[in-house]
Amino acid sequence: MSILSKFDQLARTAERLGPADANPLRVTFDRIISSTEGVVNGRNTMLFGTNNYLGLTFDPDAIEASVSAVRRFGTGTTGSRVANGSYSGHRDLELDLAAFFGRKHGMVFSTGYQANLSMLSTLAGHGDYLILDSDSHASIYDGARLGHAEVIRFRHNDPADLRKRLNRIKDAPGSKLVVVEGIYSMLGDSSPLAEIAAIKREMGAYLLVDEAHSMGVLGAQGRGLAEQAGVEADVDFIVGTFSKSLGSVGGFCVSDMDGFDILRLACRPYVFTASLPPAVIASTQQSLRRLRDDASLRTRLRDNANQLYDGLRALGFHVGPQASPIVSVEVDNADLAVRFWNALLQGGLYVNLALPPATPTSKPLLRTSISAAHTPRQIDAAISLFAQVGVEMGVVSASQMRVPLVA
Amino acid sequence: MTSLSSDVRAQVVQALHVAVNRPVEIGGNTQIVQDLGLDSLAVMNLILAIEDTFDISIPLNRVAEIVTVDDLVQAVESLI
Repeated sequence: MSILSKFDQLARTAERLGPADANPLRVTFDRIISSTEGVVNGRNTMLFGTNNYLGLTFDPDAIEASVSAVRRFGTGTTGSRVANGSYSGHRDLELDLAAFFGRKHGMVFSTGYQANLSMLSTLAGHGDYLILDSDSHASIYDGARLGHAEVIRFRHNDPADLRKRLNRIKDAPGSKLVVVEGIYSMLGDSSPLAEIAAIKREMGAYLLVDEAHSMGVLGAQGRGLAEQAGVEADVDFIVGTFSKSLGSVGGFCVSDMDGFDILRLACRPYVFTASLPPAVIASTQQSLRRLRDDASLRTRLRDNANQLYDGLRALGFHVGPQASPIVSVEVDNADLAVRFWNALLQGGLYVNLALPPATPTSKPLLRTSISAAHTPRQIDAAISLFAQVGVEMGVVSASQMRVPLVA
Repeated sequence: MTSLSSDVRAQVVQALHVAVNRPVEIGGNTQIVQDLGLDSLAVMNLILAIEDTFDISIPLNRVAEIVTVDDLVQAVESLI
């Protein structure tokens, strides 16, 4: 027995997924060629599992902004913004984010995880209630655990269930904060936000929407699900990340709430961590400008998402409930999922493997994410490889494929 | 109180049988995860169902302290 013995079961599960060069949990990219191509095990590989929705990681202007910032401001800030001071870039990015979302206040965190950890643990205190969608991301659950509020879950994307659960606590004196996501990361489905917002208004609760996967993806201006659903005025707090559509790392929260700035002193994951380095701030500012000004990125992303979703569905794969930049294929068991994942990788296609309990059902998922930077030819190649492996492994049958004569 | 308690227990055990979905003996000392083999998804659905049966909310921090069927019955009784 050692202090690590409690992880024996987890270690055995991880080992069963295969040796190091074929283990989905241990993938290493030798090189990254572009936002859609890399080299894995010496093989050129199409990247279909990066969350790089707008393909901006190699945006020339973003790279130049980063290089310039690292020359002018150095490699790191070496400290917390509260204890060691902010750089002008932190403040400017917060102003940019607030302006983009049309909000009074913005606050930047060192990761998206810390943004949720901060807001969930701090907004709802002792005697308050956090009401979470049951499919919430780990950062939301962990934020709930770090805080002192009562935590209640409602059935995924079920407004009637949310109403029932809010009704049970309607006489309790504490504040109630409902938390949902713009796009859920495993299946790519969206929250029924107009209905959630109506319930929030009726029951006098606050609403926080995590737009991590929907910023730059949904809404005419790319402001996410709240914009698309036309309920931005009902959303008290928007949380998001820089590590998806903005191609860097970090997180944020924007809000119109009076007194918002006190959170800078109250959020422990904000106070007790080093701030983002200047190079990250600079590329994020540049990518936010690109996201704001170049609507063609969203058009291409939507077309690409539809191509992949429709293509995989026509092959007979069990995909999520709606087309989105996250397209997940459900398979029956973990052994099959690992073999399928390896066959795709050997065929030059990298996707994500998601295993229960990280998945919403007890089935594993081959999770793909699409980018505006993918070409229709790359997407066709990915669909063809899925078809070939799917037939080989008996996940789909060639006779059941509904492939149109003219694509 | 005795009749209330036995009624709660019967309904909790009934919900557990639905969750396990195979013939199994369930007693007060039965451990819900270890003995019944419920995964995290099944536990979540069990808790949501029990909340609806009794029209209560069992906060997640309370759920984390529940190991046995007796623990679950006591948690429900403290909230109704």
